[in-house]
Amino acid sequence: MAALICEVVYRGIFQKNLAARIARGIVLSARKSGRWGIAFGRYGDSPQRNGIPAKDFAIVADTKEELEQNMARYEPKHTDVTIVLDDTLSKGVESWAWYGLQPINRLTVPNGTVLMTSVQPFESLLQDIHKRDTAYKLSLVRAKASFSGLWVHKEDHTEARILGALAKIAPSFLALDGVSQAIREIEWGSDLKVASARKAYDRLETRQVKITEGNAEIPYSFEMPKWWEMREGVTIPAIPIGKPKEGGQGYVPERNPYFKKFTTRTMRPVIDFDTCVKCNLCWISCPDSCFDVMPDATFDANMEACCGCGVCEAVCPVESCITMVNEAAFEDNASQWEMWRKDKAAYKTWLTAKIGDKQTTVRSHGFRFRGQYEQELTRDLDGGGVEITAGIPGENAAHKTV
Amino acid sequence: MAVATTAAPTASDEKELLISGSEAVAEGLALADIDVVTGYPIRPYDTVIQAIAKKIANGQLVAEYIVAEGEHSQFEIVKHASTVGARVFCGSSGVGWAYAMECLVVTPPLRVPMVCLVGNRALDDPGAFGVEHNDALFVRDLGWMLCWIDTSQEAIDTTLIAYRVAEDRRVFLPLAISADGAFLTHSQALTLVPPKEKVDKFLPRYDRGDLLLHPDNPITVAPQANEDWVIEIRRQNDEAMKRAVAVIEEAYADFRKVFGRGPENPWFEEYMTDDAEIILVGMGTISLPMKVGIRTLRAQGKKVGLVRLRWFRPFPTEKLVKVLSRAKAIGVVDRDYSFGSPFHSGVVANEIRAALYNAEKRPPLLSFICGLGGREVTLEDVYKATDLCYNAANSGKSEAKTLWLGVRE
Ligand code: SF4
Ligand code: SF4
Repeated sequence: MAALICEVVYRGIFQKNLAARIARGIVLSARKSGRWGIAFGRYGDSPQRNGIPAKDFAIVADTKEELEQNMARYEPKHTDVTIVLDDTLSKGVESWAWYGLQPINRLTVPNGTVLMTSVQPFESLLQDIHKRDTAYKLSLVRAKASFSGLWVHKEDHTEARILGALAKIAPSFLALDGVSQAIREIEWGSDLKVASARKAYDRLETRQVKITEGNAEIPYSFEMPKWWEMREGVTIPAIPIGKPKEGGQGYVPERNPYFKKFTTRTMRPVIDFDTCVKCNLCWISCPDSCFDVMPDATFDANMEACCGCGVCEAVCPVESCITMVNEAAFEDNASQWEMWRKDKAAYKTWLTAKIGDKQTTVRSHGFRFRGQYEQELTRDLDGGGVEITAGIPGENAAHKTV
Repeated sequence: MAVATTAAPTASDEKELLISGSEAVAEGLALADIDVVTGYPIRPYDTVIQAIAKKIANGQLVAEYIVAEGEHSQFEIVKHASTVGARVFCGSSGVGWAYAMECLVVTPPLRVPMVCLVGNRALDDPGAFGVEHNDALFVRDLGWMLCWIDTSQEAIDTTLIAYRVAEDRRVFLPLAISADGAFLTHSQALTLVPPKEKVDKFLPRYDRGDLLLHPDNPITVAPQANEDWVIEIRRQNDEAMKRAVAVIEEAYADFRKVFGRGPENPWFEEYMTDDAEIILVGMGTISLPMKVGIRTLRAQGKKVGLVRLRWFRPFPTEKLVKVLSRAKAIGVVDRDYSFGSPFHSGVVANEIRAALYNAEKRPPLLSFICGLGGREVTLEDVYKATDLCYNAANSGKSEAKTLWLGVRE
């Protein structure tokens, strides 16, 4: 009697289909050895919101009874493998329902595995992943976060590679042959995808994580009120208005202490305060009212509140004044404006480095323009990647080579 | 994690698919070869509409797919399509179902056998996605047949049975299948899909006969009438609902004959009730924590069983009373509420109290309100309900009590 419980942590919209395919793939692969299984999404999540952290689960078990045993709850309370489809989720997960900030390794059992797609070194990921009091393993599939859209799926073989990696992690449930067979049979399955799975199996990088390692931050949390403590009429008190900064020259609004949204962010804005013309457009346009008004009338994007939508970058009229940068390049949510005020030259150096980082670790929010995927693919191929579209039935196949 | 011990599944003439409850309903609809379907999205019901759209787009189903501008219109469209002889499907969730209420009300008197899916969802506010049964229960007094399903397998099977029952000329009443939002609509389980040839043996064509609205059969549907006609119309509905009982039993018996599976008792599932001192009662996916909890309780020597009610309308009064009156105490777990009702209980608890009124033996009955808005029903909730039932059984007093489980207090 045994069961394997996996969660797939992903970014709403961009990876909804990918996560669902992985969860299905786990059950279908395990079915090849006669296992029973179920795949489902975490319903309280709202994966139709851009970038919001969300979860799918897959449970497989030797017997139907044992499957029921593990299903008899809203969602698993512990997982053997935590699959993370975007390495910026290392900073934690705040779900659409109000549960505070949850470390990415929170449900992973002692000595279980966090399996992530990432091109970052282990050490920089461990600066983000919270410390915990039991050891576990961190396994990396070397790949960029695969982002597409709500109704489309990017055929870059990420789901096959994750399944191949799982065959290495949990071979008694997902034998590589079973995985291969399942991949061949699923929608858009192909031998090329099977080859990708097998490569991921061979190339999986794994490292033990000790209890001394990780981000020491205590994630924010809170008590939920009792029914008789709550206000009636489905009302909640308004967030108090903000506080003036430095004698009324600046202004910092109060924000919801129970729902912060920053783990939704995959990119964050960095601001060149030297070139800002104080036009207010970022402040007006930010859908989450993230901009604090500074005493010199520039605006500081508050990183506790920013969900990384990129609107400010789009509206700012000054070339390169606001730039969206991969969230993975940052270690904290500290104020950029305070850093700039303290030492303008150092800030400029920091800013240039961060923007420069964008060149190498650029990421997309799905497809911003026609042909973007082909461009990304070219870059990967130049770096020695394997061409993947050959296995896709359809018009492209004829033009591609393996 | 142990080593693989089990073998791959054996082949049969049924396909095994990994599909959600909603997708299973869509498989059933394709096999039933529906003619007209309307769509207006609301979570969790929208999942079935997506699955049907995909089937039509892939050429696996030829049907008229009409996107309506709201729930009210989508039910009107299928109502009319059914009167001209089309096999129809529609559905909704939560306040979407409520918005269609005017059409839902007129469907039974017109004897329109539409089959619907209610993806059970809490009513607004606060706009939660999670399951409560109050949405489907809106129509419980109106001549709608109502049943609750528990698994993807039951979803596809019940879809086929539903058309067979609703479109039987002795019945001709609308039928709503209720599926718990999330736990069933969004969970993908291994499900057997039968071949079309078998379905054709089980499910005849929809024949509206003398009620068909067609130039060859000139009739007027729904002329205005007052006290000179109305009570007779209601009495006809009453009779149709009574006749549905035998039709449902026939349909399940035939289903077992054709497909070689399915329950012997259509009305409710019994789990370890044979020697049970305490019987818990619930509808839908709540059965899962209950069954798992009962296994643990049994291991501790507590004789607990479960009755999972499938059919709520028509209500299986005599059959249910026969099983329940054997118990020392009954605990009814409602995933709904009925504010201000007798003893402030849930809807199912009050129905069962009424059903037991004429029984010779009436065990104490506790009403539990649990799992509202999709809140997890925990094993601890099941243990607590059982303990309270044992207390009631031992006290011998038949006190009417309602307890809320899993609420922050
Ligand atoms: S990216 Fe810019 S506009 Fe979007 S939430 Fe953050 S600060 Fe506001
Ligand atoms: S939009 Fe750009 S220029 Fe205008 S205030 Fe914001 S940062 Fe400054």
